[in-house]
Amino acid sequence: MATSFHTTLENLRSTRVWRSIFRRGPAITNRTRSLAIFGNLFLHWLPVKVREKSLRVRAAYYLGSLSLLLFLILVVTGVLLMFYYHPAAPEAYHDMKDLRFVVSNGVFLRNMHRVGAHLMVLLVFWHMFHVFYRGGYKPPHEFNWVVGVILLLLTLFLSYTGYLLPWDQLAFWAVTVGTNIISAMPFIGNKIRFVVLGGHIVGENALLRFYVLHVVILPLLAFLFIGVHFWRVQKDGGLTLGSKEHDGKN
Amino acid sequence: MSESNQVTEPPSGKPSVSRRDFLNEITLGALGVAGLGGAALTYQYFSPNVLFEPATTFRAGNPDLYPVNSVTFLQDQQVYIVRTTTGFYAVSAVCTHLGCITQWKPEANTIACPCHGSKFQPNGRKIEGPAPRPLPHYAINLTADGELQVDKLQTTKADEVLRV
Repeated sequence: MATSFHTTLENLRSTRVWRSIFRRGPAITNRTRSLAIFGNLFLHWLPVKVREKSLRVRAAYYLGSLSLLLFLILVVTGVLLMFYYHPAAPEAYHDMKDLRFVVSNGVFLRNMHRVGAHLMVLLVFWHMFHVFYRGGYKPPHEFNWVVGVILLLLTLFLSYTGYLLPWDQLAFWAVTVGTNIISAMPFIGNKIRFVVLGGHIVGENALLRFYVLHVVILPLLAFLFIGVHFWRVQKDGGLTLGSKEHDGKN
Repeated sequence: MSESNQVTEPPSGKPSVSRRDFLNEITLGALGVAGLGGAALTYQYFSPNVLFEPATTFRAGNPDLYPVNSVTFLQDQQVYIVRTTTGFYAVSAVCTHLGCITQWKPEANTIACPCHGSKFQPNGRKIEGPAPRPLPHYAINLTADGELQVDKLQTTKADEVLRV
């Protein structure tokens, strides 16, 4: 069984198609293992080698990776929700109700998106505190700390723009109150609020603007900065580990 | 022509600004102007010129509908019509703190905001709470056929009263 599987794999690897995709040989030497990472678009920003310490749970509790995982879950569930959602009044509210009560498994997807978003805010903050108390903002990590702060803001903006989309009373008043905070800015506050809402009140224009921000602009920015963030972890020499590595309890 | 050119050149014979620097600066300048223009156009694009929002002027009915010394909340318009012994004025029901809709509490003779606890007198003056400003008064007048009309785009002084 094992040998026949091995032979099939060997045969597959010797086909022209396989060799056109993976031009290096099988990843059995350190050199070809490195090439497997270098030569792959999706892996090249990951480290080729990591210290064993960095792989321990206590190194960072996988908080950054878990945040990325939640982001990917939110992208997938969000795209699926888009198939049943019109960003218009009053359809938006009815679509949200339909997703909960009419569409098969809609309530599961919607709640996954909702709870996932709450968890992501929690994890991103936890990640930030963890990095802060490890001193991860110090050289040579200052730049990546700033990128992380941008990612925190993007997470909060994504949450806030998504808040309006159910188009219920909670959404309406949350955004009314939130955008009135903008108008407290001296001189330009009211103008910025007008442009953000596309009007003087939280209406259809505001719903559409928040929708476009939520599903296109902010996720693209988040993808970009997540890429820089992960790449930079490697370039700055890996995770910030405590000065004295704790083993087990501390 | 060529003589005058030679005169303007620096004595070393080399121009003080190289062609590369000159072109770089011209290009950067042009890009800067285009960027500023683009930002201005984008701002204009995102500021709608026509809004499909509720009308800001509305009729509030016959003055006789409102008893003397009363505060009436018009839910659809988010305005209080106040009638005192001297006359009428219209007070916004939108809290000046963060835009919640306030409520008239006749037993306490105050207008109270449910969101963060601001309190106002019926004439809009602030009693307490985080609200930074008093509730604004809107322009109120009588139409030709004798109905009250309020214009929510025009605010008036708090001591202006429409005598009927």
